[in-house]
Amino acid sequence: MPAIVRTPHPRERRIVFKNVDREGWTTDIDCYLKDGGYEELKKALKMQPLEIVNEVKASGVRGRGGAGFPTGAKWGFIRPGETKPIYLICNADEAEPGTFKDRYIIHQDPHQLLEGMIISCYAVNARLAYIYIRGEFPLGAKIVEQAIKEAKEHGFIGKNILGTGFDLEIYVHRGAGAYICGEETGLIESIEGKRPYPRIKPPYFPAALGLYMSPTIVNNVETLCDVKHIIKMGGAEYAKIGRPNNTGTRILCVSGDVQKPGYYELEVGGVTLGELIYDICGGIRPGHKLKAVIPGGSSAKVLRADERYKIKTKQPDGTTVEEEIGIDDIRMDFDSLATVGSMAGSGGVIVMDDSRDMVWALNNINQFYGHESCGQCTPCREGSLWMQKITTRLLDGGGADDDADMLKSVADRIAGRTICAFGEACAWPTQSFVAKFRDEFLAYASKNGNTSSKPENKHQG
Amino acid sequence: MSDPVPLLNVQIDGVWHKFPKGTRVIEACSQAGKFVPRYCYHPKLSSPGNCRMCLIEMGMPRMGPDRKPELGPDGKPVINWMPRPQISCAQDIAEGMGLRTDSPLVQDCRHGVMEFLLINHPLDCPICDQAGECELQEFSVQYGTGGSRFREEKVKKPKHVHLGPRVTLDDERCILCSRCIRFMKEVAHDDVLGFASRGSHTYLTAHPGRVLDSNYSLNTVDICPVGALTSSDFRFKMRVWFLKETKSICTSCATGCNTLIGSRQNVLYRQTPRENDNVNSAWMCDYGRLNFHFVNSTDRLTEPQIRHLSDPETTSWTAAVSRAAEDLKRFQPTEIAVIASGRMTNEELWFAKKLVDSVKTPNYDIVPRTGPADDLLLNSIRNPNTNGAQLLGLCSDQPGAKLQQIADGVSQGHIRAVVALQEDLTEAGFKAADLERLGALIVMDILPNETTKRATTLLPSASFAEKRGSMINVKGRLQRLNRAIQSPGNAREDWEIMRDIIQQLTGANSVYLIEDVFKQMAENIPQFQGLSLSRIGDLGVKLEGVVSAEPVTASA
Amino acid sequence: MEIPQALADHIDEVISHYPVSKRSATLPLLHLLQEHFGYISEEAITWVATKLELEPINVLELVTFYPMLRQHPVGKHHIRVCRTLSCALGGGYALLDTFCKHANIEKPDGQHHAHLLKSADGKYSVEFVECLASCGTAPVCMINDDFYEAVSEDSVPELLKKYQ
Repeated sequence: MPAIVRTPHPRERRIVFKNVDREGWTTDIDCYLKDGGYEELKKALKMQPLEIVNEVKASGVRGRGGAGFPTGAKWGFIRPGETKPIYLICNADEAEPGTFKDRYIIHQDPHQLLEGMIISCYAVNARLAYIYIRGEFPLGAKIVEQAIKEAKEHGFIGKNILGTGFDLEIYVHRGAGAYICGEETGLIESIEGKRPYPRIKPPYFPAALGLYMSPTIVNNVETLCDVKHIIKMGGAEYAKIGRPNNTGTRILCVSGDVQKPGYYELEVGGVTLGELIYDICGGIRPGHKLKAVIPGGSSAKVLRADERYKIKTKQPDGTTVEEEIGIDDIRMDFDSLATVGSMAGSGGVIVMDDSRDMVWALNNINQFYGHESCGQCTPCREGSLWMQKITTRLLDGGGADDDADMLKSVADRIAGRTICAFGEACAWPTQSFVAKFRDEFLAYASKNGNTSSKPENKHQG
Repeated sequence: MSDPVPLLNVQIDGVWHKFPKGTRVIEACSQAGKFVPRYCYHPKLSSPGNCRMCLIEMGMPRMGPDRKPELGPDGKPVINWMPRPQISCAQDIAEGMGLRTDSPLVQDCRHGVMEFLLINHPLDCPICDQAGECELQEFSVQYGTGGSRFREEKVKKPKHVHLGPRVTLDDERCILCSRCIRFMKEVAHDDVLGFASRGSHTYLTAHPGRVLDSNYSLNTVDICPVGALTSSDFRFKMRVWFLKETKSICTSCATGCNTLIGSRQNVLYRQTPRENDNVNSAWMCDYGRLNFHFVNSTDRLTEPQIRHLSDPETTSWTAAVSRAAEDLKRFQPTEIAVIASGRMTNEELWFAKKLVDSVKTPNYDIVPRTGPADDLLLNSIRNPNTNGAQLLGLCSDQPGAKLQQIADGVSQGHIRAVVALQEDLTEAGFKAADLERLGALIVMDILPNETTKRATTLLPSASFAEKRGSMINVKGRLQRLNRAIQSPGNAREDWEIMRDIIQQLTGANSVYLIEDVFKQMAENIPQFQGLSLSRIGDLGVKLEGVVSAEPVTASA
Repeated sequence: MEIPQALADHIDEVISHYPVSKRSATLPLLHLLQEHFGYISEEAITWVATKLELEPINVLELVTFYPMLRQHPVGKHHIRVCRTLSCALGGGYALLDTFCKHANIEKPDGQHHAHLLKSADGKYSVEFVECLASCGTAPVCMINDDFYEAVSEDSVPELLKKYQ
């Protein structure tokens, strides 16, 4: 349980987080049942699996783990009439820096996750499912295991669920401190008991060759919870929340230099970045101004506070108008953030004010990626540690004036060349920080009086 | 009769080609003359796609609204090029696929990968065995940028790890391609290697409780693209660019793995497998691979010798050959025995049979040799040419069946002259004391042993690396050996020695070129009809009607 | 290496969660053994390999990959402080130094990356770990399996008193 109990902000729309921080709420099944829990499961089990898939497609919900891929489309990749066993995995390996939402669902509302998961398994005909919980949530794993036990006792999991003939086993599988296990194929390799090296795609698309080389669906915790609510209100109703192509609500996690950091469940695109920071999070720390925002977890490209962003807006008459907006006016949805050159990602918004050193910030991020690279493929394995060494050397006073270009060059040769998206994840921060705050990188070089890249300037140690 | 494999149209660098369905993209490029550099890909192993060196541009036909490919002005599909480069090693070609193997993007991808591989690579070239056959060196020259921009400290890893009795590992040189791990698991069925740690600190290792001691461990050294895995036997011995490479075959068992013999100035340095999908794929076993040091031994017999009363004395070839022929003329056919070898070439066996026929003896056989087989390449028959010996009439379908009877004959004194060809009779059931009482012991061999010590005429001959000839492997495949080095001292080729003896015995004319030896065989042996030494080729020819000489009894 | 019956039974139960492939139970078994013994010994690695019919290298590959699995004992109480960006912005580096000071752990100056440090008496060990997914309440830490949010430097001595 968190030490800090908060009341939701008035602009929030608590659907998935309805029971988080709720007075008197407990994680046991009786509390959940008393609140109307597992009614959606009963409703879903009376539907045809294909109906459920169509509702999810109609809802337009996009994955909440970071990639934002339409969930209905993902489920649709399973071959009709598939004869191999189908598996579903809940990705509860929340580890994208800046993100802290799945933690609360796991620790405070596990039955919501289970209900959404059972409905999803029924929809895709998965008979065996795993919840991959990061190793650093030992209490969370126990809570979910207890919830599974209770659900089994009530016949919601196990053989012949509620007399429908649908069998399903769900087990918790704990991780052990590797960010790459959040990558769906790395996760699959980890469950198989191997080093979590992501797989090459083609041919190992999980919907065809996933866990144990069988069709597998991997979904984020929040996404699976969304499924329950989609069944409750219907896909079309869900699609009315948020904005076209960016439907539903999502939990934004704000951290860094704001007065009121924390989690906020908002309609997708329902707030701008400015409203989020100033209205909802109480603004920047006193005496400081906004300098930079990473809007979607540390992998997302950084946005500079004083930059102008070109966007195209569709007018009611069908024409598009190009306009320039400031950072405050960027809408917090998938498409808008992509348009301004970043991404909505995992919803982790990291805010930095003018007291922050951007080289220091990038170095902290580079250390994360250098540490977390699995090491399977050449560009990321060698490049992530190289970028880390360069920014560390810059901070230690050994910088040269071509280090900014070197960082960009290294990052450019990683992104797009790797087996998995970790390549982009470790390259985008460097590319964007150097591009947007180049003067700070150059300042580090000249601070030391180093203006050339001759070997005698080589940094030792 | 199965349906023919369909041909698919693929555009490579602007030119349309046809390839059979199921062709890997990277292989299609090679076939079109556009080699794509690669490290982790190996045609005989699974493809993990981790080195990223084989990135190229790929595209598929642009589909029209009728779901058919849009055609361009040349009547061929218009290609939609994918913005991201794709690896070419893990996908098969598809109809209408487009590939660009040398665009600016592809070149930059290669520059990137080469740079990344070199930033933590130790500057070991001056002391690294792989130099001269190192793909890191070669691709760096062809596809790299030249010059280092790396200013940081390199990652340090263990430098001489004894992974096993025959393999030494340098972890810093390793580029983590995982070929060795996959080979050990998928081919050698001994999953003993793996990666430890994470990220840039990942290193290759075996668990401390296990060693890389498989009989196929040295194949990992062959497939290692760099000098990380090295042969402890060959380490620091010779620069590979000094080695002459001779195509030959292994003679340590009946499989006859195809090999390359690496030699320099008449010294053998190593053997490596040569690919032959009908025999050994791309592999050979450690036992056969390392079984060549005896050729370099300083104990090699180099001078013909004859013994009068006690001590042997060196003599000329003419004298030795005469002495051998004279000795044989002294005895009746039933008093003579000829023990040939399953290690002799067909050409040598041809002359051995001629010798048998010249002295008209009924006492002849070869020495069988068996050992445990594995389920890969090592055959339980440890003679490389038992099939040849059978075909050429030196033994029945039960090789060695007459040996005991001949040994008894020597013991009891009925057999008074023995010709031992490439075999130590004391290892074949003959007693040394019995050999000493023979009237004539004519021995042709390469190294001293208990039989050579008792020879009345000693004829130093050639090892497998010093002769041309042919052998038939256990599956009935006719393959040839080539000469890598000269025989030491005055040692001569076996077939020529026997030809000379026979000429002395019979007075008949004979042949002087080995091609003519084969021609004679081809004229007289139906299975060799139409063949010649050159027509056998580097990969051999499967013979019709040659029965596999599997042992009658189960192997040990 | 003695495995009490209760643990052995638990291990067998966990293996049953992976009907398709026993190898999947490798990580769960390593967690259970580390919880019981405090770390993963050489013996534990070969034990798991034998139990699941794997090669020992298959187990070693995992033990050396995952930072949470350790091949050496840690302190009686293990402290994990988050070092990633939001916690760093919130004072994570200073928090690490404060923990080291109050737990009597020697930390080389300026060294803030990854490695595990132990106090001389073995009572505490500290590890600077990656994002613990609670960035809104930075800086955060874990002591053993307990999680603490918004940890001020002043609260460290009190916190440590609970772990003796």
